[in-house]
Amino acid sequence: MMASTSQPASGGGGRLGALTAWIDERFPMTALWKSQVAEYYAPKNMNFWYYFGSLALLVLVIQIVTGIFLTMNYKPSAADAFGSVEYIMRDVEWGWLIRYMHSTGASAFFIVVYLHMFRALLYGSYQKPRELLWIFGMLIYFALMAEAFFGYLLPWGNMSYWGAQVIVSLFGAIPVVGDSLMEWIRGDFFISDITLNRFFALHVIALPLVLVFLVIAHLMALHEVGSNNPDGVEIKKVKGPDGIPLDGVAFHPYYTVKDLIGVGVFLILFSLVIFFAPTMGGYFLEHANFEPANPLQTPPHIAPVWYFTPFYAILRAVPSKSMGAALMGLAVLLFVFLPWLDRGKVKSIRYRGPLFKFFLFSFALAFVVLGWLGLQPPTPLFTNLARLFTVVYFAFFLLMPWYSSVDKTKPVPTRVTYHAH
Amino acid sequence: MRTKLLALAAALLPVASLAAGGGAHLDKANVDISNRASLQRGAANFVNYCLGCHSAQYVRYNRVAADLGITDQQLIDNLMFTGERPHDTMRIAINADDAKRWFGVVPPDLSLIARSRGADYIYTFLRSFYADPAKATGVNNLVLPGTAMPHVLWELQGVQEAVWEGHVDAAGNAQRHFKEFAQATPGKLTPEQYDGFVRDTVNFLEYMAEPAQLKRRALGFPVIAFLVFFTLLAWALKKEFWKDVR
Repeated sequence: MMASTSQPASGGGGRLGALTAWIDERFPMTALWKSQVAEYYAPKNMNFWYYFGSLALLVLVIQIVTGIFLTMNYKPSAADAFGSVEYIMRDVEWGWLIRYMHSTGASAFFIVVYLHMFRALLYGSYQKPRELLWIFGMLIYFALMAEAFFGYLLPWGNMSYWGAQVIVSLFGAIPVVGDSLMEWIRGDFFISDITLNRFFALHVIALPLVLVFLVIAHLMALHEVGSNNPDGVEIKKVKGPDGIPLDGVAFHPYYTVKDLIGVGVFLILFSLVIFFAPTMGGYFLEHANFEPANPLQTPPHIAPVWYFTPFYAILRAVPSKSMGAALMGLAVLLFVFLPWLDRGKVKSIRYRGPLFKFFLFSFALAFVVLGWLGLQPPTPLFTNLARLFTVVYFAFFLLMPWYSSVDKTKPVPTRVTYHAH
Repeated sequence: MRTKLLALAAALLPVASLAAGGGAHLDKANVDISNRASLQRGAANFVNYCLGCHSAQYVRYNRVAADLGITDQQLIDNLMFTGERPHDTMRIAINADDAKRWFGVVPPDLSLIARSRGADYIYTFLRSFYADPAKATGVNNLVLPGTAMPHVLWELQGVQEAVWEGHVDAAGNAQRHFKEFAQATPGKLTPEQYDGFVRDTVNFLEYMAEPAQLKRRALGFPVIAFLVFFTLLAWALKKEFWKDVR
């Protein structure tokens, strides 16, 4: 379909051309294809870090399609949920594959999104004029966290149950309304059948709709301002006589074929997990979750799934629960303000000074270390380490107005750096 | 008074943590689900010794037969005893309330035990019962101290006693650690045979926790081979398209 519509209708003869013309008189098919794909010009120097946007879209599609098939056999009730997941794993044709694709997809989504976000930090992709593009991206990330949290309750394993219990109880830390808010979220005085039902509704329809609309908004904003690149140079500033950026290449076919390589490599890694290590040693599917939810028995060690653990470590680093919850919320929220915290005159890490590099890489290190600490039992040593790295984490954001403005930057070229292969 | 209580609490702490986590060193089960003979022996062990009290409510008899390469008739003759139909799952007749009255706990369903606890855990658990007259069942277990489970396999293993060694710690309290097991009365099987018996059983538990794993790994190779081919093709296509980009 794509290949046929890439030919302009005006020149095309025959039946297909006539069909295209018929549609174009009623719906801007060819115009959309041209403006958004075949004649959308992306910088030719986009590197490894630029694979993760299209991969995030791929994972979203995988999650939606596998999710639809899971829904056909899953039963959202406290009595049947755990058994229906085992039914999918054992008795439904290819059910195990669909389920593993979905459970691995959840972790893959966060890996891809974290790398996508790190790319934005590396190359200043959140800076003017891409503030709204960045904010839509952050809203996608928040929706994704909610989607993952609601979805994690659905298998109704013991870790699902207690994980949900812990995360819902964070809302109890909010003064005055905390307790009522917890009841409102659960629909009950504890995590119950009612909670499971509403989380199912939110997971399979509410948040996927929000996600899809936000992704559309994210892409519209991207195509309005154009893609950033590893040099942080605006390619629209230097155009040829035909009005096409000199450093741009048409998204199709150049980046569609390039992204196919990313898709291939991603699917190889994805399949390695699905076929050879679907639980990923207890990190993607936790051991305690192979026991049904038991309100009377906590798992020996409760930890959220790995993609939430950096924030969980921050929560535990603070002695007061309400302060910890507030700090955790702030840790997530601060990303939104990056476009205004960053006073740097250059976008890309290539032309930033040593201060920015130091703070960015110590932030990345803190994120990884906190993620690891969040998975460990809180010994005194680990708690102190978590405190240290929490400070490093926040320093990146809160000191940014200072270090980004005083940093010694390098001159930015007018054209992108590109070496033909 | 308060300091005494605190001291007592401190003295009990290591015991409590040992009880909570088991804490025992786990031996490697070294199970191999591609060993069909071992799986078949394990299935027979399971229905004979475990299925009396433990259900495997997600495991279907005829699925086991198909995966282990036995016919429906062999299945009915050797693995099914109480008039179930081949497409039934492995449920048991014990009522949960009765079980609770008899054992203090409902024996857990074993469908997924190998995924929640791990093969090494079960392998070590089933080999770590020792005589303990203080317990109603007459036995205790090193892996799960205070377990309500009687030593169902005692006839096979015989009775073993735990040998402890002690020392006095810095605070002046006597501590004891497990040293080794000593065979008090021999069982029907030699220790090596018993380990093999348990290994087969755990192998079956490992299989039944995820029957799809028999197919899963085998399918992985062609899928990844195709994806490698696809990626090389995509790479060649990209190279071709990008060669004019300067």
